[in-house]
Amino acid sequence: MSNMLEVADLGHTYGDYEAIGGLTFNVRAGELVCVVGPSGCGKSTLLRTISGLIAPSRGDVSLHGSHLAVVFQDYQRSLFPWLTVQGNVEFPLRSLPRAERRSRAAEALAWVGLSAAAKKRPWQLSGGMQQRVAIARALAYRPALLLMDEPFASVDAQTRFELEDLLLRVRREHDTTVLVVTHDIDESVYLGDRILVLSGSPAKLVADLEVPLPAERDQVTTRTDEAFVALRSKVARLLNVGGKPTLDVDKWAAAERESLSETVSS
Amino acid sequence: MNKFLQRWTVFAGLIVVWQLAGMAADDPFFPPPSEIVTAAWEWWVLEPQNVTEHILPSIGRLLSGWAIASVIGVALGLLLGRSDRAMEYAGPLLVFLRSIPPPALVPVFLLLFRGGTSMQLATIVFGVIWPVLLNTVDGARSVDVTKVDTSAVFRIPRHQWILGVVLPAASPKIFAGLRVSLSLSLVLMVISELVGTDNGIGSQLMTAQREFDYTRMWAGIVLLGVLGYGLNTALLAVERRALAWQPRSRDEQHA
Repeated sequence: MSNMLEVADLGHTYGDYEAIGGLTFNVRAGELVCVVGPSGCGKSTLLRTISGLIAPSRGDVSLHGSHLAVVFQDYQRSLFPWLTVQGNVEFPLRSLPRAERRSRAAEALAWVGLSAAAKKRPWQLSGGMQQRVAIARALAYRPALLLMDEPFASVDAQTRFELEDLLLRVRREHDTTVLVVTHDIDESVYLGDRILVLSGSPAKLVADLEVPLPAERDQVTTRTDEAFVALRSKVARLLNVGGKPTLDVDKWAAAERESLSETVSS
Repeated sequence: MNKFLQRWTVFAGLIVVWQLAGMAADDPFFPPPSEIVTAAWEWWVLEPQNVTEHILPSIGRLLSGWAIASVIGVALGLLLGRSDRAMEYAGPLLVFLRSIPPPALVPVFLLLFRGGTSMQLATIVFGVIWPVLLNTVDGARSVDVTKVDTSAVFRIPRHQWILGVVLPAASPKIFAGLRVSLSLSLVLMVISELVGTDNGIGSQLMTAQREFDYTRMWAGIVLLGVLGYGLNTALLAVERRALAWQPRSRDEQHA
């Protein structure tokens, strides 16, 4: 399989603060890769450099395709309240002829099951439906790579499961290449073909793991699958070892407890 | 209907009190409303040329001055609001210019334009552009980061960015500025007509005062009040339609 995205020695520093410390990885065409790392480890910086929103301090990002789309965590702010659902999906397509814009939007809304809501305003929909609008907008753009930044972190657990399955179905049906950035270990295992585990800041690649699960996944059976449980534990261990900030906090708390018990006993 | 009564009872009550007080006082400087209405009727309905010679030109100046200021203010505000550097250069100048009381420039504009409509338009435009401009700058700056990022990722063309994202995002603030400007336009329209012209509602006020025709003077003042109220109501209706997409206006409709 050919590579859709190649990231080589990507690094970024803000002033003295090093957010990403030299990342090298590829995303193959049609693959769904999850990037998982501790909170504040530079995942957002990674996403912003890949999407071209900021220029990295060093390294290269090359996309084998003309454009990419991003689904942001904050769907409420990402969608335009003055446009209808359909208008939002057509938003990146303004350069196309009207008829084609219409049909692409209608098609993408059908993929996410929102054809009936085309004329509504985004804020008239539930949170999960709004994120589906954002996904439809990204798909209608037909990106070479679909980037997702904590896409399901702002919805309730039930909706989250629905949206995860929707993403898996849509990307299978349309052979979309997807890179999901998340802090949720379970989500990364459930969604991914491959998981990139990052360390705490500066973000470095700790592991690049293939997910040994069948393409067809199910919220109940997959999550209880032995392979799922084993991989989840492995990622969790990797994150604790690699994620320095969490480790330091834990150590500090343990030391604090020890010193307290010492003073009490003495 | 109940709400209508509630809104107008105090207003109507005050007119009745004014009528009674005016009749009791019998003071030529403060005529009762009935006489004012009679004067207005004689002045504008029985002599319609007064409407075409004075009222319509005044409204025309007010609206064109306000429209020019709005177009320039919104266009300039959108550009300045999206450029930190431009605002750093222009900011102090804007604050300085805004601080000049517009009526103080009437003598300057009188010299520059030798009176007449262009002088009045200049006064109105210079006076009312600031609320629109500064509100637009404020609104254009407040486009939230996620929308900026979304637009950048989809690489939308510049005109779509300005007209399709910045303008609608700023529109609630812009409308707030437009409303302040509209009422200011009325004030400056009258002030600019008090000197250097012989037509318009403002000059009619001065003429009536000079000719000791206080009832007509009051009729002119009432007309200005009605005009201001009507314009504001019309703009509010436009605003409600233009900003119907806002979640808040929907809640109000449900209430």
